[in-house]
Amino acid sequence: MANTAVADPQSGLTPAQLAQRYGLRVAGERPPLVEYARMLWAYRHFMATYSRAKVASSFSSTQLGQLWQVLTPLTNAAVYYLIFGVILSQHRNVSNFIAYLCTGVFVFMFTQAAVQNGTSAITNNLGLIRALQFPRAALPITVTLIQLQQLLMSMVVLAGIVLLTGEPLTFNWLLIIPMLLLQTIFNVGLTMVMARLGSKVTDLKQVMPFVMRTWLYASGVLYPVTLFRQHLPHWAANLLECNPPLVYIELARHALLESNQENLVTSPTRLWLLAIAWAVVMGLGGFVYFWRGEEEYGRG
Amino acid sequence: MAEQTQPAGKIAVTDAGRIPTVVVDDVHVIYRIHKGATSGSSPVSALKRIVSRTNAPNIREVHAVKGVSFTAYQGEAIGLIGSNGSGKSTLLRAIAGLLPPARGAVYTLGQPSLLGVNAALLNDLSGERNVVLGCLAMGMPPEEVKRLAPEIIEFSGINERGDFASLPMRTYSSGMGARLRFAISSAKKHDVLLIDEALATGDRKFRARSEQRVRELRDSAGTVFLVSHSLGSIRDTCERTIWLEGGVLKMDGPTNEVCDAYEGK
Repeated sequence: MANTAVADPQSGLTPAQLAQRYGLRVAGERPPLVEYARMLWAYRHFMATYSRAKVASSFSSTQLGQLWQVLTPLTNAAVYYLIFGVILSQHRNVSNFIAYLCTGVFVFMFTQAAVQNGTSAITNNLGLIRALQFPRAALPITVTLIQLQQLLMSMVVLAGIVLLTGEPLTFNWLLIIPMLLLQTIFNVGLTMVMARLGSKVTDLKQVMPFVMRTWLYASGVLYPVTLFRQHLPHWAANLLECNPPLVYIELARHALLESNQENLVTSPTRLWLLAIAWAVVMGLGGFVYFWRGEEEYGRG
Repeated sequence: MAEQTQPAGKIAVTDAGRIPTVVVDDVHVIYRIHKGATSGSSPVSALKRIVSRTNAPNIREVHAVKGVSFTAYQGEAIGLIGSNGSGKSTLLRAIAGLLPPARGAVYTLGQPSLLGVNAALLNDLSGERNVVLGCLAMGMPPEEVKRLAPEIIEFSGINERGDFASLPMRTYSSGMGARLRFAISSAKKHDVLLIDEALATGDRKFRARSEQRVRELRDSAGTVFLVSHSLGSIRDTCERTIWLEGGVLKMDGPTNEVCDAYEGK
């Protein structure tokens, strides 16, 4: 096999030397982290267009079409209100339980969707991945952008519910913007972690609904978070109060619900610090974790 | 392999001073496939497997490419031929960086772009949106995409029988889908373009147009690889051909010589 030793008969170089001489790089090599982030930034138009197209086509097979963007969160809120507000009647010490519940449900659903759609962010886009080379992190970010657009719609619904149930419109409401920003960063990181895990462990998709339900109950969405303190040992309650969805939900309630200020799980300052910490840790950690698997996505 | 080093015709003459774009160095590709539901797929056997810590029986390793080496230069169009399962498509995917070689290495200039019949874009989106997304995903700036999008749809010819560009891609026939994908991928100047059977799917008119496009791409200093079972389109578009058989490089040389040998086997 003489052809394995010399790639170019004229120069007598080995293939590796020849490649180096002309600046060829190993195919599919993972770029350094900073370079990767820069490439990703160059793909911002792709991410924006893709998420818009996905949102536009998401209800294309239904008769009511985009109206479902509003109807889905409304129906969700109605179901939870029926069970936990009317039948089980948990709202002993929360004065405006409907608004309390809806805030929790909508904020939690943002993170829940990040996990569920993140798990399939790679596997659902194999066609694109196998056809074109681009930084794969664009896909989990797109997933988050899609969720963000749906969340903004739910937030409009939520604002309506909150005002209709008699809460005043205050300057505190502006705090919802930094809170959603932090949650979005947290979600991007979480989506990236789930995307990499989901691309390797295909069984994950079967398990996630159960994990998410457990997380829902641990996040104080359906009942007052102060219940944790009353029923759990001290350390467990402390641990649960650091739970990221719970932190973001409590911040949203702090911003929107004037009637709920004394029911907060802990001080707003502590909540903000936790929210920032989670966003930084998850955002950066998730990005690095996803980047380390860059070469594996879409391989057979 | 005398065919490769032999100074055969114009290839060897123009070799000196040319810039290599793809260097494939003794590449072995081994990939795992899921065989799907087999006799060993009952819950009990799955449990047994977990307890005894053995791999799932429905995964099998395939040694698809066994030590292939060659160098491709700028401006070349190279045909890849061989019988079914000889490792042609696998080799292309290794060059595109989508399958890691188990041994050896693939070096490329820039990012090779793989165009395959099976590589669907986004089926639930319209053809127009797929054009825009595909171009953006190849890293084109938005202004250029806006300028090129009508040309791409025009080239693909999907609007020849009514306004298909605004319909979701899942409503397209397989030929239309392949044509649109080829139109998108070939809209950008690639250093290395890998084409997997795409030229064979279109109708006669489209085939002529796409062969013309491949020639243009090659002239703009790119390298084009073409996998095809149609020796006709290989003879028409490629001047160099590599013959793979059973994952081993059997012959590498001018298209006419290799194709003749392949047909006379």
